Amino acid sequence: MDGKTLGQKLQAGKFVITSEIGPPKGINIEPHLKEAEYLKEKVDAFNVTDLQSSVLRLGSLAVSKLLIERGFEPVFQMTCRDRNRLALQSDLLSASVFGIKNILCLTGDHPFLGDHPDAKPVFDLDSVSLLRVAGQLMTGRDMMGNELDGRPEFFLGAVASPAYQPIELQIIKMEKKIEAGAKFFQTQAVYDLHDFEKFMRMVARYNIPVLGGIVLLKTAGMAKYMNENVAGVNVPDHYIQMMARAKKEERPKISIQIAAELIKGMKNLCQGIHIMPLGWERYVPQVLEASGF
Amino acid sequence: MLYTEMKSFEEIRMCVDSEKDLFLLGCGGCADVCKTADEKTISEIEAKLKEAGKNITGKLTVDFMCSKTLLAKRVARYQQLLDNASGIIVFACGIGIQCAAAILDKSVYPATNTLSLGGFQGLWPGEERCGQCGTCYLGITGGICPITFCAKELVNGACGGAKDGKCEIKTDKECGWILIYERLRKIQRLDLLKQTQNPRNFKKMEPDSELRKTIHFAIDK
Repeated sequence: MDGKTLGQKLQAGKFVITSEIGPPKGINIEPHLKEAEYLKEKVDAFNVTDLQSSVLRLGSLAVSKLLIERGFEPVFQMTCRDRNRLALQSDLLSASVFGIKNILCLTGDHPFLGDHPDAKPVFDLDSVSLLRVAGQLMTGRDMMGNELDGRPEFFLGAVASPAYQPIELQIIKMEKKIEAGAKFFQTQAVYDLHDFEKFMRMVARYNIPVLGGIVLLKTAGMAKYMNENVAGVNVPDHYIQMMARAKKEERPKISIQIAAELIKGMKNLCQGIHIMPLGWERYVPQVLEASGF
Repeated sequence: MLYTEMKSFEEIRMCVDSEKDLFLLGCGGCADVCKTADEKTISEIEAKLKEAGKNITGKLTVDFMCSKTLLAKRVARYQQLLDNASGIIVFACGIGIQCAAAILDKSVYPATNTLSLGGFQGLWPGEERCGQCGTCYLGITGGICPITFCAKELVNGACGGAKDGKCEIKTDKECGWILIYERLRKIQRLDLLKQTQNPRNFKKMEPDSELRKTIHFAIDK
């Protein structure tokens, strides 16, 4: 984090590295901010997830603000799951007065998947219309065309899932997101470089920065679980076997080795990486070192 | 009683912009009563379409299009005229439009918006459901409703949550947007997926007080 913003770095063609903070279930945020400190000099920005997996947690807006206070650059994730168009626009304005520029616009998981499955699913807007609305706020007007006192400035991002089937449906949506104002993409976790290369070839015509997703494998069981339950994730058998063969104390080492292999392969394919450590923040410096950063 | 309103002619015309030969299909059930599928309405739209340079290959009214079996039987006699058309404009509620799309494998274009299914305990024995959103999207989704088939009621395409074609909320539920994608690919209209839809207008779901006063809204008034 060297004075230039994520947007400026991507524009300048720098290979960027972002990581992620999943806010806690509760208010005990200090340990998470301390973990982020380990990575401060290593990564360009931190995503803050928005009630990930539809589980009630501390909010992404508040944690993004705390990151700014401590000298980090946040990427404020916003989903359409819980807020209607009034609340989303208001939170975008709030983000702006807190100095938050990077907004990652997502549709969001369905509440059925989380710990409040009885909740009303909102989805008043979707990822595409949220991008459009954020863009409209930047012109000094709300989505109804009413004038705002002052203009917020955002750097808008969106997500894509390279292993999604049918991929054409995903690519068409990606095209809509770009038209709606997305300036960069983060992807679902990548485990197959060959598939990822195919995806990058398909989207090359859009000439937009893509940050390849990295999720650190913790166990063979986690890999199998993701293969069965997480959309767009396919961990190949040889990685599952590497994890299964490793003794418990060796697992972080093997996981780092796998992640580094993927990152090295991605360096020439995309414009950056987004690491989702899911609690293994302490190993991220080693992953980066093993990847040649 | 369920209630439908006509889309503006301009909206219908824009939907069928790329079509030359059209067939007009109306429902002789509730839509007829609402005057969105009566002889006069269909003839008026027919005249305007002809004026706009469209060729009308034929027209037909079927009683209660919500019964797919009945509908399939009735349209079979008009197969030639239907084959001559590249698109079908349907004057019916959201169920009728989806039934037509399911049977005909052609682009269907709603002439109507469904505002309310009211207390109607009607015939629809199929899996099609109408969300009474008041902004019928069936013309751009290959006749599969994104409001009732997508768990998030998305109007701009699939979220990233589907796995093996199934919705993220239930492994035995098809992803509505993958169904829409497959239908549009089959009828070679994937171009429709690329149009960005505006956020929904939820105001349309609150029936107008003028409408509430009419016999079309509540038959016992």
